[in-house]
Amino acid sequence: MSLKRIVGRLVFLVLVIWAASTITFFIPRLSPRNPIRERFAELARIGGFSPQDLEAIVASYNTKFGLDKPLWQQYFDYVSSVARFDLGVSLNKYPKTVIDLIMESLPWTIVLLFVTTILSFVLGNLLGAIAAWPRAPGWLRSLATPFVLLMGVPPVLMGVLLLFFIGFRLKLLPLGSAYSTGMVPDWSSLSFILNVAKHQILPALSLILGSVGGWVLSMRGMGVTIQGEDYVLFAEHKGLSGFVIFKDYYLRNALLPQVTGLALALGTVVTSNIVVESLFGLPGLGRVLSQAIQANDFLVIYGIVLFITIAVATLMVVVELLYPLLDPRIRQE
Amino acid sequence: MTTVAISQPEVLRPGRFTLTLRYLRRNQSLVIGLLIVLGLAIFTIHGMLTIDPKRAYPLAVLPKQPPSPQHIFGTDFFGRDLYAAMVVGLWQTALIGIIAGALGITIGVVLGFTSAYFGGLVDSVIKGICQVLTPIPAFLIQVIIAGSIDKREVTIYTMAFIVVLLAWMHPTLVIRAQVLSMKERQFVSVAKLSGMGDIGIIFQEILPNLLPFIAAAFVGQVFASMFASFYLAVLGLGPLREPLLGNLIWAAQSQGAFFNGWWWWPITPAVAMVLILGSLALINMGLDEIANPRIRRTE
Repeated sequence: MSLKRIVGRLVFLVLVIWAASTITFFIPRLSPRNPIRERFAELARIGGFSPQDLEAIVASYNTKFGLDKPLWQQYFDYVSSVARFDLGVSLNKYPKTVIDLIMESLPWTIVLLFVTTILSFVLGNLLGAIAAWPRAPGWLRSLATPFVLLMGVPPVLMGVLLLFFIGFRLKLLPLGSAYSTGMVPDWSSLSFILNVAKHQILPALSLILGSVGGWVLSMRGMGVTIQGEDYVLFAEHKGLSGFVIFKDYYLRNALLPQVTGLALALGTVVTSNIVVESLFGLPGLGRVLSQAIQANDFLVIYGIVLFITIAVATLMVVVELLYPLLDPRIRQE
Repeated sequence: MTTVAISQPEVLRPGRFTLTLRYLRRNQSLVIGLLIVLGLAIFTIHGMLTIDPKRAYPLAVLPKQPPSPQHIFGTDFFGRDLYAAMVVGLWQTALIGIIAGALGITIGVVLGFTSAYFGGLVDSVIKGICQVLTPIPAFLIQVIIAGSIDKREVTIYTMAFIVVLLAWMHPTLVIRAQVLSMKERQFVSVAKLSGMGDIGIIFQEILPNLLPFIAAAFVGQVFASMFASFYLAVLGLGPLREPLLGNLIWAAQSQGAFFNGWWWWPITPAVAMVLILGSLALINMGLDEIANPRIRRTE
């Protein structure tokens, strides 16, 4: 891969991040709401101090956060602080910064995201490849069908249905939250880890069940094309065993475009992940976001959105840059 | 002299109706999808005519009642009759989807045609903006927009507007690609040589040929818009007073419906939403076949 291409993709990444931070800067400022005033008006209602004091507090906070400077300077400060990964402070949990909140909850999100994405990618591609493989036994090929039917059910709805049938009716698994109430988080005790894992099963299932079908469909399409290729025919005539052809000639080649698909799907996957987390009350980014929404903690909302956007865009570009390592045909160009 | 009348062998030509029926028999996903939509439409219209819409709003009926002959879907914590809420909610969800879908596809058609037909700088700018915005998860930006609006002022029309703000890039890129390929076809060259103007070629030659494709893209757009507005509502960013399907699930979850045993509260809107999205996905699959003749099944 040429240096020019790498530089091109990196410039594109910077453009995307700049666009995202510009959007998150201007949209809130177009709105007539003033988060600091709203926050202190709320406190004033509870604590009972006079309107003059309120104005004084708001003015001093505006100075502290630089909100009294001209808009272009605020914009410049904002973009440069984003470049330094400084996303501001939480209005509700001050002096905690937005980055603190994100870092506390990020491990939960990443583990769930990683496990569900890998599982559905592996399961979907395997089932899809088998479904398109004419020598596989019929029952094995039909295993993919139920997953294709489940594709129409978004993860959140799957979550509600699973909660009802498995959690509520059968009482097999807990109805949400990260671990049983009353348990002290202690990552060295096995019973705590098992308890956490038990609470993760339903959220993970609701994310996996709906997304396997997509991989099945695209892999099956890919598989059908590859079966017609000369090298598969050649391998058959060489007398290689069915399993070797399946593994080395067929699956390997069909998998390549799927990896690109994985990068493209990332945005949707993260979105579903966040909404499912808030449905199940898991302490990941999703719950921080929904709590911030309910508490009008604007800087946290904007910070999380910006953080995820940058992460997704960066990962997409990284996968694109790593792609030639997987596919020698691109490397030679 | 007698002339022997040779009877013409009758060619059995199936009528248009029979042909349509036969086609529909092959394209089962379209039929099933349309039937579910029809069922939901009958449910909603029948409901709109028979219920008192006030029952879909808080404090109208006795709260927390399980399903019974009086309240077939039960009532929720805030005293909404879930049957009435379902009728109003289905109607509002459909409205958001259709408004946002129609607006998105209109912007997509206008920008896609402008970009592809005129090319040059216009094309590079439109394409560039779409490509830079595409990797940004639209849903997250929608969260920001919805979050900056005062929750008391959010209506279902604001919801549709928020959704459409970030839903035009995909149709624009797709339609642009279609127009680009159509531009090279011979009938366009013939029209150009015969002295037809740009506007004439766009509206009389290219647009009519793209209509099936645009119809399929419209259904996809309605699906995506409903999906986006549903997710926003599940996070608590919808018009909180309205019985939108996503709002009902958000409210049920934040009141711990399953913990308290009010299972009917989240289940009813969830099943309704599965039916809507499932039927739209089926219709989209069926329409794809019409729009893309290469995968059309023949007898």
